[in-house]
Amino acid sequence: MKQLLLGDEAIALGAIHAGLSGVYAYPGTPSTEITEFIQGNALARERGLHSRWCTNEKTAMEAALGMSFMGKRALVCMKHVGLNVCADPFVNSAMTGVGGGLVVLVADDPSMHSSQDEQDSRHYGRFAMIPTFEPSSQQEAYDMMAVAFDYSERMCLPVLMRVTTRMAHSRAVVEVAVEARPENSINYDAQAANWVLLPANARRRNDHVCAQQALLEADAESSSYNVFADAPDHSLGIIASGIAYNYVCESFPDGCPYPLLKISQYPLPKTLVRQLLDTCQRILVVEEGQPFIEEQVRGVTDSRHILGRLTGQLPRTGELTPDSVAKALAQWTSDHGQCADAKDNIVHSPLSIEDASLVVPRPPALCQGCGHRDVYTALNQVLQEFDHARVFGDIGCYTLGFLPPYRAIHSCVDMGASITMAKGAADAGQWPAVAIIGDSTFTHSGMTGLLDAVNENADITVIISDNLTTAMTGGQDSAGTNKFEAICRGLGVPDDHLHVVVPLPKNMPEITRIIREEINYHGVSVIIPRRECIQTFKRHAKEKKNAKS
Amino acid sequence: MKVDIILCGVGGQGILSIATIIGEAAMNEDLYIKQAEVHGMSQRGGDVQSNLRISSNPISSDLIPRGAADVIISMEPMEALRYVSYLAPDGWIITSSVPFVNIPNYPDVDKLREALAALPHVVSLDIEQLAKDAAIPRSANMILLGAAQRALGIDFDKLCDAVRRVFARKGDAVVEANLRALAIGREAH
Repeated sequence: MKQLLLGDEAIALGAIHAGLSGVYAYPGTPSTEITEFIQGNALARERGLHSRWCTNEKTAMEAALGMSFMGKRALVCMKHVGLNVCADPFVNSAMTGVGGGLVVLVADDPSMHSSQDEQDSRHYGRFAMIPTFEPSSQQEAYDMMAVAFDYSERMCLPVLMRVTTRMAHSRAVVEVAVEARPENSINYDAQAANWVLLPANARRRNDHVCAQQALLEADAESSSYNVFADAPDHSLGIIASGIAYNYVCESFPDGCPYPLLKISQYPLPKTLVRQLLDTCQRILVVEEGQPFIEEQVRGVTDSRHILGRLTGQLPRTGELTPDSVAKALAQWTSDHGQCADAKDNIVHSPLSIEDASLVVPRPPALCQGCGHRDVYTALNQVLQEFDHARVFGDIGCYTLGFLPPYRAIHSCVDMGASITMAKGAADAGQWPAVAIIGDSTFTHSGMTGLLDAVNENADITVIISDNLTTAMTGGQDSAGTNKFEAICRGLGVPDDHLHVVVPLPKNMPEITRIIREEINYHGVSVIIPRRECIQTFKRHAKEKKNAKS
Repeated sequence: MKVDIILCGVGGQGILSIATIIGEAAMNEDLYIKQAEVHGMSQRGGDVQSNLRISSNPISSDLIPRGAADVIISMEPMEALRYVSYLAPDGWIITSSVPFVNIPNYPDVDKLREALAALPHVVSLDIEQLAKDAAIPRSANMILLGAAQRALGIDFDKLCDAVRRVFARKGDAVVEANLRALAIGREAH
């Protein structure tokens, strides 16, 4: 059966058809649609698959590991920086090994369309000695899920599946199965000697996993996803991984004139790579993300023969495009006078407009009617009264408060860093030190930092801007909804310094008064401006109207 | 058959609905499709675009190379110009003529109009007025699609069938409004 699916949806359906029992995830662009698809899928509902959002990537990874321990198949999904949050259980999941198949799906975001860095998750796979898959098409992504779950169970290791933005958020026609494999039943065979990572057990497991690496590499050598295609012109050989492979093919509509090695399964199959090295004068490595393959290949041979992101043929940073790859290949063909046809095919002469200033950037902005706007209006009004106020921001829609007209925040680093950085600044003698964090980000990684602050009665003012949802990623449930006052009290925030306000223009006098008072209180205070996200509000109003009619 | 299309506009203007209809029509013809979308941060009133490629042969890249797009379908005139370097020399721009001004430094509207008019193949329509006149204010994007039909090289009837299938669950009135919008767009071109 054929379906038009986003890469994320192909992954989700592939997992359901592979006998998945649960998906565990925290929303993060570009991975969010995987879990959303499973939440809405009829078979997933009928089977009662776990698909509720988790509080953060670490709780997700650990819950999935627990499901795997019981013999069932589990999927964990996250964006690349989420892997930092769950790095501890991720790396240690190779030490415990798995029971039921465990696939960790990480969506990298080269060019940082919606992210704060462009780290490449393949490094994590190698670092943790976990086999890694990198599909090059939506069809491959769908097919690979079943292969990855089977492989995970066969090797007793988790499998890392790495995709990038253009795979996650691009649709294609995918041939999908009509029937789904049944779920695994509960299995009590898990051996405590593997799962209790006391040093004696962990050392034994570490030796075992290290010994497995040669097997994993041998499997990558013979994998049907790693394909070597020979061609007549050996002046150049090309290694292309994941979706970068598509850009190479795009450059040569009549077939690649150079030997081409496609990589979609790691560890890097060094024998296949050597086969290319031995027969080609130069090697161009084309990969999305950091020069992961390129660095390893440079270790195998005379590095002067290896071209790619490290040598300037391809841009060092940012996502590849069909144009950047075509340019690298055109440069090679014109420098070496061969394959003139190929050169003709890959050089385009674009149109342009005379006055380039007619097109100006249109950056994203906080929505009209958004409560964060009122929070920043109030905060800016109060902070004008202080010479050196510092506002530590966090990750979410409200990060847009950095842009005009608000220009309200001075930092945004990682989930939860607003509170802890404000505390550190206060420790350094800064006053006023204000943290602004969203509701979902607070439960993701802000609560522990607030406990640190309370324990030292740090001189900070924390604003939890609660819009009752995880808004930036499209309005998913927020783990702490209706619990924030109780959480703050439980962590030790005194009632006198815990306030809830409604961020609306008419309440400005009350909000500014409270912010001012709490800045002047030299201890931890928490202000919770609470009003539903305007986007989810509209959606809920529409749903209500439709339900009535 | 091979068409490379760039759909663009401002977050919330409905470019993905246009893509859905074209995709549905192409899928029904057993064509290959690749459609790269923008999700996440860019949706908050920022510029959005989607690369849609349709072909009777397998498609490699999800992204359209520069200078290769056959059609730019834009819900906003400045956004149409943003992607001109992707347009093939004989490619078409089908755009709404109505500026969406949500930034303080929006360029001079007359100069924008002149720059658009200077390009070889441009259809610029006040789709919002056309939609209002026809009392179908929510179907402006389908008027634009109707105007793009010839440049796309997809049969008008097949677009209509796709509209019927995609909007079926929203009821007959919605289907009817969007079919009328397609027809108005075709006439206006």
